Amino acid sequence: MSINLQALSAQLLVGLINGSFYALLSLGLAVIFGMLNIINFAHGAVYMMGAFCAYFLLNVFGIGYWPALILAPVLVGIFGMLTERTMLKWLAGLDHLYGLLLTFGLALIIQGVFQNYFGSSGLPYAIPSELQGGINLGFMFLPIYRGWVIVCSLVVCIATWYLIERTRLGAYLRAATENPTLVRAFGINVPRMITLTYGLGVGLAALAGVLSAPINQVRPLMGADLIIVVFAVVVIGGMGSIMGSIITGFALGIIEGLTKYFYPEASNTVVFVLMVLVLLVKPTGLTGRAV
Amino acid sequence: MAALTDNTVRTTSRRIIGDEMIVFILMTAVLAIVPMTGIYPYFVMQGLCFALLACAFNLLLGYGGLLSFGHAMFLGTAGYVCAHALKVWGFPPELGIVAGVVAAALLSIVTGVVAIRRQGIYFAMITLALAQLLYFIYLQTPFTHGEDGIQGVPQGKMFGVLDLSHPDTLYYVVLGGFLFGFLAIYRAINSPFGEVLKAIRENEQRAISLGYKTDQYKLLAYILSGTLAGLAGSLKVLVAQNASLTDVHWTMSGEIVLMTLVGGLGTVFGPVAGAFAIIAMQQYLAGFGQWVTVIQGVIFVVCVLTFRRGVVGEIAHYFKRSL
Repeated sequence: MSINLQALSAQLLVGLINGSFYALLSLGLAVIFGMLNIINFAHGAVYMMGAFCAYFLLNVFGIGYWPALILAPVLVGIFGMLTERTMLKWLAGLDHLYGLLLTFGLALIIQGVFQNYFGSSGLPYAIPSELQGGINLGFMFLPIYRGWVIVCSLVVCIATWYLIERTRLGAYLRAATENPTLVRAFGINVPRMITLTYGLGVGLAALAGVLSAPINQVRPLMGADLIIVVFAVVVIGGMGSIMGSIITGFALGIIEGLTKYFYPEASNTVVFVLMVLVLLVKPTGLTGRAV
Repeated sequence: MAALTDNTVRTTSRRIIGDEMIVFILMTAVLAIVPMTGIYPYFVMQGLCFALLACAFNLLLGYGGLLSFGHAMFLGTAGYVCAHALKVWGFPPELGIVAGVVAAALLSIVTGVVAIRRQGIYFAMITLALAQLLYFIYLQTPFTHGEDGIQGVPQGKMFGVLDLSHPDTLYYVVLGGFLFGFLAIYRAINSPFGEVLKAIRENEQRAISLGYKTDQYKLLAYILSGTLAGLAGSLKVLVAQNASLTDVHWTMSGEIVLMTLVGGLGTVFGPVAGAFAIIAMQQYLAGFGQWVTVIQGVIFVVCVLTFRRGVVGEIAHYFKRSL
């Protein structure tokens, strides 16, 4: 079987891009789950909000891509913190499943509202002028923007890992995950930390949305199917480790890219099939602890 | 961690049976006279299919504590197999229903073995992912006809005598299927099996320490739930005369959850009330496009924040009865 290097590396690149989004989203899910014990079903919806936020900033306020890269995650993160303060907060002490149901409802509301105003078709978002064009690597043509997306998400993922695993703030966070009452007794404002954590997780999803806006068009349902794949990624990787979510996210993106080249019919389903295999062999997920 | 539902009302078992029997007889009587009242029968038939589906889902969540976010896969699989058997293989309707139910049962065995390996929210995510896997398979396999679905399914004559193209006959066949499924679930939750299931929901560790193989109980509940959801899928094909991708999509799984939540998790009649309420809402608001989705989302949020017992659960709680 002859391998077309050009086509293979093109699919690998698409896989890496999808992998960066999986990594950013599953990282956010893991951070939120660690602190709030909630699986955020609205994660796909806030990803979409991030992309729309960048679109509005450009078309309504004339604010370009670079400021939007910071502004959109912050704005959507604030929105997330508001929902945490007004709704999710009241679920503390209830079964975890209620968090899933509430955020599912939020996702329906957000996606429904956007669908009402923007239909289901995509809105274009131009690649910023600095990142247009591409480089010929000899074996393939690399569009600069796509390379930027991969590098940017890698940096953000590793920065988040550093923040949580290596800084004092992260130490408080991990301590509060283990025993919130004890951490509160040390004078640390745990409820505020929970709110900020939710904001951080939501902000990461919104950042992924801004990054994807020039590649995939801005659509109200852009996150709806993506979030189910990310759930499978989370089941495969387990939510016990931050680095685990990052690596699993990128790895599954690459595997998906390879499948697109070797057996395109299975490219939609390969992540789910892998999830089944992992569950049969190692039910706790690759890095997960027993729950 | 608090229990999922507080819909368990402690009363003597004799009175529970009494209350539930009275409501059951009332419900059956009301449903039996529907064709004489001039209410649009297709609406009620559709409601009955979703009511059975929600009851099957409730067996798993309300009594077993397992939230399946992929129950649409049983509805859709049974629907596709039943529709294919009726249209392409020329099966009579009774065998078509059986074919759909068997397909759903087989699917629930395969997916159940995978899904019950994890608990709680992981179980929900796994069932959702499995349903999405099936969605993509049905999107690509030729026999489902992709986006078009299987249309114009013949209804035929049940047992060679009952002409299902006649609305009244079809209605009573669907009602019979619903009552069969409803009573099967009622029997299951009031059996020793059901008691063990509730014990697992309340405290799985303790059930294990008492010597119960909880995985086997959960798997059995999952298979029973999936199979009866398949019965709902087969009946729905006879009513709607088509099988399409909508029935396998995650939005359908979400609607099943919503119906049960609105009616009351872990109540006997809640899913029936919830199914009719949601179906009615969709009918009346059909002209408002995506606002229906928004309203469903709002109902989810309101139910979870303030109304966790659901309609029937609140009534039962107020009168201190078990419904």
